Amino acid sequence: MSLEGLLLYFFAGGALLGGVLMLVARHPMRVALALIGSMLSLAGIYAVLGVHVIAVFQVLIYVGAVMVFMVYVIMLLDVRDPSFLERYSGALLPSVALAAAIAVALGAALGRGSIAAAPGLADPQGPAPAAAFEVQPFSVEFLEQYWLHFELTSVLLLAAVVAAIAVIKAGWRRDG
Amino acid sequence: MDRTQLLLTVSIALFSLGLTGVMIRRNALVMLMCMELMLNGVILSLVTFAAATATLSGAVLVFLVFVVAAAEIAIAIPIVLLLSRQRRTLDVGAYSGLKG
Repeated sequence: MSLEGLLLYFFAGGALLGGVLMLVARHPMRVALALIGSMLSLAGIYAVLGVHVIAVFQVLIYVGAVMVFMVYVIMLLDVRDPSFLERYSGALLPSVALAAAIAVALGAALGRGSIAAAPGLADPQGPAPAAAFEVQPFSVEFLEQYWLHFELTSVLLLAAVVAAIAVIKAGWRRDG
Repeated sequence: MDRTQLLLTVSIALFSLGLTGVMIRRNALVMLMCMELMLNGVILSLVTFAAATATLSGAVLVFLVFVVAAAEIAIAIPIVLLLSRQRRTLDVGAYSGLKG
């Protein structure tokens, strides 16, 4: 097996391990660290696939912004919260059964080959199409074809900022 | 198992793990993080298909999903903070009054 394949298996295992640790860890900070590990493994997978732009964004936006924000909030909260001590809600077994059923259904669709054999998929064993995903082609395509979507996301971010301020202000008013 | 199959399997597993977490955990913040895990699983499938078909539009869509996820967190975290200030707990069982 090539080095690329080994790395792919390594990072895939890391991502799954992080996901499992998220379910069993008790303290939210450990859950956050497991999620960060999972996200970094996913960034490694993207890098192995040759999609370097997405790998960098995964680290910058998810790990650098979203998870740092999350860790910050966890540190703000009271650690004597009872929800930190008791992990699972009452619906543990039905929930696990439902999630397992969904996983089996999706896996069956994958196993029938209806997804992987879809038309248009390149040879999956072939080399990664790295040239198409470098920064320059990505940026040119992005700003030439998808500039409207780019501008729309800025509107969305502005709306999110306004909504966050509105939520905080509503909280202030109620507290007096 | 070829590469696309492996990555799609990982994607399904991450989505299911996240879904399980959202349903079984009690802590609102942990539930939010499990939703992030679900989103990451879906993004992995998007990137896999983008790499397998060698099209850039998939990568652009992933970028837009990143922005939406950041906006979602920016709204969700203040809401969780305000909830925890009101009832002094993050246990979602304490907010069952919201179901009407």
